[in-house]
Amino acid sequence: MKKSVILGAMTFAGLAAGAASAGTLDDVKARGKLNCGVTTGLVGFAAPNANGEWEGFDVAVCRAVAAAVLGDSNAVEFVPTTGKTRFTALASGEIDMLARNTTWTFSRDVDLKFEFVGVNYYDGQGFMVPKELGVSSAKELDGATVCIQTGTTTELNLADFFRSNNISYEPVPIETNAEAQQQYLAGACDVYTTDASGLAATRATFDDPAGHVILPEIISKEPLGPLVRHGDHEWGDVVRWSLMALIAAEELGITSANLGEMAAGTENPEINRLLGTEGTLGEMLGLSADWAKNAIASQGNYGEIFAKNIGEDTPVGLARGLNAQWTEGGLLYAPPFR
Amino acid sequence: MSDTHAHSIAFVRDTEIPPSPPPAGETGVVKWLRENLFSNAVNSALTIASLLVIYILLSKTLPWLLNGVWTTNSLAECREVLQGKTGACFSVLTERWNQLLYGFKYPSDQYWRPNLALVLLLFAIAPVLFFDLPRKLLAFTAVYPFLAFWLIWGGTILAPIVALVGFAAGAFVFQTYGKSSFAVGFFGAIAAAFAVWILGGWLIPEGASENAMLKAVPSRDLGGFMLNLMLGVTCVSLSLPLGIALALGRQSDMPLIKWMCVVFIEFVRGVPLITLLFVASVMLAYFFPPESTVDLFLRVVIMITMFSAAYIAEVIRGGLAALPKGQYEAADSLGLDYPQAMRLIILPQALKISIPGIVNVAVGLFKDTTLVSVISMFDLVGMIRGPILASTEWNGVYWELLGFAALLFFVVCYGISQYSQWLERRLATDHR
Amino acid sequence: MSTLTDPPNENFRLSMLINDTRYRSLTFQVIAAIVLALCIWYLGNNLIQNLRAAGLNISYTFLGDPSGYDINQRLVEYDSQSSHAKAALVGLLNTLLVAFLACITATVFGVVAGVLRLSNNWLVSKLMAVYVEIFRNIPVLIWIIIIFTIMTAVLPGPAAFRGDNATSSMLFDAFAFTNRGIYTPMPWFENGIFASTAMNWLLVLAGFAASWFAAHQINVWANTKQEATGVRPKTTAMILAAWLVPFLALMLIMGLTWEYPELKGFNFSGGIKVGGPLIALWFALSIYTGAFIAENVRAGIQAVSKGQTEAASALGLRPRRVMNLVVLPQALRVIIPPLISNFLNITKNSSLAIAVGYADITATLGGITLNQTGRAIECVLLLMLFYLTASLTISMVMNVYNASVKLKER
Repeated sequence: MKKSVILGAMTFAGLAAGAASAGTLDDVKARGKLNCGVTTGLVGFAAPNANGEWEGFDVAVCRAVAAAVLGDSNAVEFVPTTGKTRFTALASGEIDMLARNTTWTFSRDVDLKFEFVGVNYYDGQGFMVPKELGVSSAKELDGATVCIQTGTTTELNLADFFRSNNISYEPVPIETNAEAQQQYLAGACDVYTTDASGLAATRATFDDPAGHVILPEIISKEPLGPLVRHGDHEWGDVVRWSLMALIAAEELGITSANLGEMAAGTENPEINRLLGTEGTLGEMLGLSADWAKNAIASQGNYGEIFAKNIGEDTPVGLARGLNAQWTEGGLLYAPPFR
Repeated sequence: MSDTHAHSIAFVRDTEIPPSPPPAGETGVVKWLRENLFSNAVNSALTIASLLVIYILLSKTLPWLLNGVWTTNSLAECREVLQGKTGACFSVLTERWNQLLYGFKYPSDQYWRPNLALVLLLFAIAPVLFFDLPRKLLAFTAVYPFLAFWLIWGGTILAPIVALVGFAAGAFVFQTYGKSSFAVGFFGAIAAAFAVWILGGWLIPEGASENAMLKAVPSRDLGGFMLNLMLGVTCVSLSLPLGIALALGRQSDMPLIKWMCVVFIEFVRGVPLITLLFVASVMLAYFFPPESTVDLFLRVVIMITMFSAAYIAEVIRGGLAALPKGQYEAADSLGLDYPQAMRLIILPQALKISIPGIVNVAVGLFKDTTLVSVISMFDLVGMIRGPILASTEWNGVYWELLGFAALLFFVVCYGISQYSQWLERRLATDHR
Repeated sequence: MSTLTDPPNENFRLSMLINDTRYRSLTFQVIAAIVLALCIWYLGNNLIQNLRAAGLNISYTFLGDPSGYDINQRLVEYDSQSSHAKAALVGLLNTLLVAFLACITATVFGVVAGVLRLSNNWLVSKLMAVYVEIFRNIPVLIWIIIIFTIMTAVLPGPAAFRGDNATSSMLFDAFAFTNRGIYTPMPWFENGIFASTAMNWLLVLAGFAASWFAAHQINVWANTKQEATGVRPKTTAMILAAWLVPFLALMLIMGLTWEYPELKGFNFSGGIKVGGPLIALWFALSIYTGAFIAENVRAGIQAVSKGQTEAASALGLRPRRVMNLVVLPQALRVIIPPLISNFLNITKNSSLAIAVGYADITATLGGITLNQTGRAIECVLLLMLFYLTASLTISMVMNVYNASVKLKER
């Protein structure tokens, strides 16, 4: 640490800081802050509010990890990243984890040497068109101009979809969501495509949401989840199980409201193990016994986070769909805490 | 003869007739109009075309400007107030004023710090810009960077003090030994400065920033127009010495040094700033020691400084080339060695010629700081394209925000370019 | 009077390395070389260590993989199955295209504004001053975004052309101005001499070359005749014929026809489409750089002293020849060097295409390819290499030109 102080004084103090020595977990603990990469602004998932506080679904994952490791859900430094900079930021150690609606794909996992620790949102790419076009299926879009928000897997899925259906289209790749919307609303493109959740979030901000329909086709699988660097398994485990704790909490009926009494001890041994009143799960992770309790206390369980940020009562207005618990026909399935 | 003459004339004028006014077409407004706007057919056509352009522009923008709404909380409310009439929704400016100026993370109770830094900047920069001011004010200019760093980033005051003491030690060593031998003084100064910094680094207690007088603000939290100003000022001031060194290096007789400078300058000038920013955001992290991370602000400052140093070097090279050869020869014949000749004879003149060019580079660079929005830094343009337009309330307010950004940049850049013109006139009279 | 003698033959001392001018420059260069080598070693070593820690390597094999994405604006054959290298090539050509177009229009804007700014019409000169100041003092990125936004907001979408009560209509039934781009009729040959259209256009180009040569020959002939007899034969009609006859003949033989754009489905089809992003970027770069060029032009014209014009008139030259033979050559010497550096700026500023979704090389190689493959170092290096090559080529041309117009001082 002394070395970094010298570096600091030389580079006008504090602009260079030591990081990544033994393991990310130790670094985060020593630093007292979690550096978490998020998007530069997508309503519902990660966006600063008028007071400059980050809010959203991905942000909640960061906060839960911070709460589990450091006991303080505000001990997070949010690092906005673009599609271009996110992987470098993670690989170079600038951020400890990335929670930026990033699709889990083979090449990212294997070739780019990252570790996806789970899925916090099951998404798929969809299309939105103005109602007046009278289009009811994406297969009718022959010759259409399509606005794409670049920097994700969207371009690739789109090319695959149109090629496999043997229809033509004209892509208009746009850097930010706001500019893509402006193009779409002005009629410079017929279709706007991005992840279905993003479409819903975008439509929610329109002047006339009812004038636009989201087509039924979902052309890709987009499992979005947090990721960490390859090879640091202790840290990967911490992030993975912090996320799983949120999902399991919903399944087990632990909410931010009843967390206090649940933590006092219950009949259900799994709840007890999760909340640290039984067993030594926290110790195994290298965390305190009440790690999961802290994670849940920060924002509530998965269902509460979903409802608060992107659920049906918010402007984004997403239904649970695939993201319901497995017991309710969804895909969320936390491995047992044992 | 004279008698008869006197009698034959009944009237002798003894007062002058007041000059009659020029014909109506040759005076006042009419004359001005005719000479300046309607002197011939082509001119008249041009005038009418210009009037038409002005009319179209005003008829589109004026109702929009005058009907502006300033007090709502979202675009939807604006639309309600306007009820379909044309009108701007300036409320986005009032509601997001602080975010536009300071970014969204700078602690709002600390806004006085950047404000104070800006005011002090005016005092610090004044003696550099206006030669008539007493030279003693330059002392404040020298202290300013450290003061401003402390004000904006906060944290322990020891860090900027150590940095300042390091420079002071270097300057002292140079003053003492630089007279006899430039090289000894120069390298001695560098060694002394580093010694102070390393020693200071050991002396600053760990965690000194935590309970400091000014709350520490990480550089990631800087944003808005403040970020543009900071990047502009920092990079221009850092690139001046670097640019001078590069320009001298390019003129040097030593082939190795000359070629190093040429390659550097041509390389940096040959690529767009945006690729250098990509280097800063996606590549530079790999070139720092594995166990450290250098934050994005510093990486961007490094790249922009290199960029502007190359351009300033070319401007100064022009200044050096414009000096008559006699100046160099005169310096040599006085027995001055190279550092003395440069410091006392060549550079003062060459820099003076180059100042307008340097100011132009500075304006260009300041405008180019908006490019950092492409690499996810929230400067003024980044704030607009990112958080503000992405928010539910202000989704769709393009003109007001872009117009505001354009206006801010125009005011600053136009001001600087007017200064540059003033300076050019002033320097021109000096030569007579 | 002392004669020059060799300096006393001292033995070499270490202090001579710094104090003796004979050795000093050598010392400094050795120090510089060592410092440079150390820096390179340090950075390279860090890079290797970091890459090893992240488990990455530097490899360019990804360039051969299928890119998987489509590009809407392409000058060569390309689809999503083409390689990343091909995508980079498409981007490269697009960069060159927009840079080339913008250089031409920026020069036009600049020359017009620069000349008008010196006009004795008060209103026009003030208007041009306002134009120059406004565009010079606002960042080009903001201009690109503003112009792109204006274009999409002001021009109608293709939907406005549809239906019985369409709100927009095509100009002469041939040109459609939409916010997706401008559609114009496309000329093509019904019975071209060659099978491919490109070859036919090359033939037309060859025709133009022949016309130019013929016109040149006519001028030479007229000059010789004038020198011999003192009377210059009238050549206007002949030159006009030399230009028009081969062109018209070719068009007639090959059967020039026009393909008009038509609203089909979602978009116009047929004809030539100039895409919206291209137009926005092209226009923004031209009008921004035009303001800088206007200042150069003004400075260039003002740099020719009035005495030159007067002297030329006193020699009996007519006003047009005064302009062509005396004023322009001198003004151009001042105008051209900054003009070329403005062209360089256009090329470099075209990298801001990503703000409007134009597929230039920064958007393909440095954008989508970089995002998809994650090969940041390789992509950025290639990108810099391209821009460096382009800039150095333009600078080289500039240096050759500068040398050729330099005042020959004796």
